[in-house]
Amino acid sequence: MTDTRQIPVAKRPLKWARVLDHTILILGSLFMLIPLLMLLQTTTTTDLETIKNGPELVIGTQLDDNFRAAMFTASGFSGENTGLRMLMNSMILGIGFAMGKIIIGMMAAYALVYFRLRFATFAFWLIFTTLLLPLEVRILPSYEIAQKLGLLNTYTGLILPLIASATATFFFRQFFRSIPEEMVEAARIDGAGPVRFFFDILVPMSQTMIAAMFIIMFVFGWNQYLWPTMVTTDEGMYTLVRGIKQLTQDLEGTSIPEYGRANMLALIAILPPVLVVILFQSWFVKGLTESDK
Amino acid sequence: MKRAGFATRWLPILLLLPQLAIIAVFFYWPAAQAVQSSFYLEDPFGFGSSFVGFENYTHLAGSSEYARIAKFTLLFTILVTFFSLALALLLAVKADNVIRGARTYRTLLMWVYAVAPPVAGFIGLLMLNQTWGPLAELSKTFGWDFKLGVNFGDTASAMVLVAVWKQVPVNFIFFLSGLQSIPKSVREAALIDAKSSFRRFWDVTFPLLAPTGFFLLIINITYALFDTFGVVDVLVKGEPGNNPMTLVYKIYVDGFRGNDIGGSSAQSVILMVLVLALTIFQFRLVERRIHYT
Repeated sequence: MTDTRQIPVAKRPLKWARVLDHTILILGSLFMLIPLLMLLQTTTTTDLETIKNGPELVIGTQLDDNFRAAMFTASGFSGENTGLRMLMNSMILGIGFAMGKIIIGMMAAYALVYFRLRFATFAFWLIFTTLLLPLEVRILPSYEIAQKLGLLNTYTGLILPLIASATATFFFRQFFRSIPEEMVEAARIDGAGPVRFFFDILVPMSQTMIAAMFIIMFVFGWNQYLWPTMVTTDEGMYTLVRGIKQLTQDLEGTSIPEYGRANMLALIAILPPVLVVILFQSWFVKGLTESDK
Repeated sequence: MKRAGFATRWLPILLLLPQLAIIAVFFYWPAAQAVQSSFYLEDPFGFGSSFVGFENYTHLAGSSEYARIAKFTLLFTILVTFFSLALALLLAVKADNVIRGARTYRTLLMWVYAVAPPVAGFIGLLMLNQTWGPLAELSKTFGWDFKLGVNFGDTASAMVLVAVWKQVPVNFIFFLSGLQSIPKSVREAALIDAKSSFRRFWDVTFPLLAPTGFFLLIINITYALFDTFGVVDVLVKGEPGNNPMTLVYKIYVDGFRGNDIGGSSAQSVILMVLVLALTIFQFRLVERRIHYT
């Protein structure tokens, strides 16, 4: 997203209009940023200080202690859901979901775009109907099925049902269709079979698309809440985002709420997906705006 | 399908198999089960269920509580959609205007995309904390004693605020990318024809952004209906009580807490029909957009 439009200097509107633009943008940025700054500040102070004074404009000295408490102390009864454990589970969910979705989606899209298939139209509709209904509306029966299949408190049960929507397939189908047909013809003339064509030509050509999809899907998987809440009851299986509910309940119940620890955990739940989005901004924006066209 | 596709028979079937298997087990089966159990009444003690026809639906139609929640969901959806679209449009137009600091603003305005809804809710809880929350303090100076989780209106305002905060970035990204795809020649022509930037916006930019806006409208409605589950769940602190809730949250409360599987399934089916209608509407819109541009 490089800005190529340069307004000629002579035609630039009055200066105060620029000032207004910047003022609005700064206010907007503050609106987004202030909650994060407050969260950051409270992770550097003791719980008592936070309760007494609320967030202040000073950076405290407790960052290290709060970090240790968040990472290595467990909440709940089992003693299993330390921050570290939840971080690992979140990583497994985010990466597992993104990879599963991309691999399954690319395979299906390849089959739909590059092969003569008798029931192709039927398969297409079967797959794309899944875009119509989010998991939230079929949450209860999905839970019952996961239970029947013995998938509660397993990573498979956490990830697979979330993959049952064809967003990635749709995205790759669109992309494959935009690749010139001469590519296949040339490959066939050179004697490349379908497997060879896929790995030697299609995958390298899709690299940017795969990266963009991975970022979007990682963030989506990491941020899942309702499904993990239902399918994981075992504290050792909690993800960071799923653990948020327990944090709020802890803050309600105790006499001196552990704000330092809780806020640090919330911060750890935010950082990885936010960093991914910021660092790979251009891929992410490209993937997001093109997948929905 | 591409004309120059491969003729292999077994490979495409093999490629489609994982996708089809997952959606069969985790999409079609639960969806069918939701429809089926909506016609049954589950015994509260788990001793089987009996066929009751449309009773679950007629019960919902006559329930004043369901009507109240539906009304709140409608209001919530309208407010969240309006404010997050309006705010994002304003910020995108300004971000498109400025040259200095454009990249920084973009990053500052989009990072919240990666924050999970329940974590956003958690931050909202802190900001509105009755003893030290900065936002609660601020509202107190205006004579508004904010009682989150106790006062219906206050909790509802908090839900809208957090939901908007979380949704502005997505809209911002799409509006900005829409603005940047407006051809330079069109902008220059507008610059010559209309002196005031206000007129230029309403007569030229706004109509050109309309397709993006329509698309985002649907995205935002679906977001407010389904993805805000985490926000609602955290802000009511798991205690529905007299607090406002959305239709999706009600499905969860009835099905999981109340064990009213038939009623919860009937609610699922109602939402399925609603979202199906919305998405079909969206697909037709997208088709038209591809057709004319």
